[in-house]
Amino acid sequence: MKIIIMGCGRVGARLATLLDEDGHEVTVLDNDTYSFRRLPSSFGGTALFGNGIDAEALKKAGIEEADVFVALTQGDNRNVMSCQIAKHVFNVSRVMCRIYDPLREEMYSALGLETMSPTKIFAQLLREKLEE
Amino acid sequence: MYIIVIGGGRLGYYLLKALLNEGHEVLVLEKDARICKTITDELGSVCYRGDGCEASTLAEVGTGRADMFVAVTGDDEDNLVACQVAKHKHNVPRTIARLRNPQNAALFRKLGVDVTISTTDLILEAIEREVPTHPVTHLLTIEEKGLVLVDVKITADSATVGKAVKDLSLPKGSKLALIIPGQGSARAPASNTVLQAGDQVIAVTTAESEEALRAALRGP
Repeated sequence: MKIIIMGCGRVGARLATLLDEDGHEVTVLDNDTYSFRRLPSSFGGTALFGNGIDAEALKKAGIEEADVFVALTQGDNRNVMSCQIAKHVFNVSRVMCRIYDPLREEMYSALGLETMSPTKIFAQLLREKLEE
Repeated sequence: MYIIVIGGGRLGYYLLKALLNEGHEVLVLEKDARICKTITDELGSVCYRGDGCEASTLAEVGTGRADMFVAVTGDDEDNLVACQVAKHKHNVPRTIARLRNPQNAALFRKLGVDVTISTTDLILEAIEREVPTHPVTHLLTIEEKGLVLVDVKITADSATVGKAVKDLSLPKGSKLALIIPGQGSARAPASNTVLQAGDQVIAVTTAESEEALRAALRGP
């Protein structure tokens, strides 16, 4: 699959590395090239400098041919906006959006985005661990 | 009217002052405590500290009864999300977003923002108006109908000088609304009205037909 990951933080870099190892065609996008230090030297995908909420930068990253788009920047709003561009402008078939704020996550999930809130998931996980 | 403004930066501040002067009930939402204090010290309790993208904050300030919601922070993504939360969670009838990137206009409208305003586009339009050689000037866009109101200048070298309106091959969906001659008063064009150099033609057209209308009115 052709996969675009926006945000090369800890999660973004790790996901990119894993998917690259699985043989997918991975492009990681970040607006700070210093973030690419997190990618291992064995990384065979593309690391691209660019702003993921700019349709032109997304085109350069090859979003028109992408099967999957994942937004993993630190900003909920940036993730939400880039995912909506990917879904509604470029019709990417699978779009995944990280949203820390649980309320915002619920709203965008209701609006049809595939969303994940690490806040909700991790709090739930900790509760289960503590109460078992 | 109750108007909520997101972002208490310079734009939000002057917008707040102007709207208060007009007698509206206005509230600015601003994340930064210092900015909030400055505004409150000067204008009273018209600034609330909080994140304008959070549904719970918007509930606290009564967004449900707001007539208008204006997001003017410096970041397009924040303005988009604030307007979407206002629209989808609180059913605000009219949302307005400021844009940094003018290319986001179509996307924002598709995603439920009623009006977008881009300073880049505004300045471009001002330049178009100021440059006398520019043949077609945008006057107004009627979003809902997909129409634009344009001003076309007829110059001495236009191929249509001396032609009657009925002999022009106007594109479908385009209508001439008004002719303002170089001398004399404006008149509604009749089919036998003859175009003269110096005329200004105000026309209604669609975005797609704009170029064809220009060609019809000034020659290729």
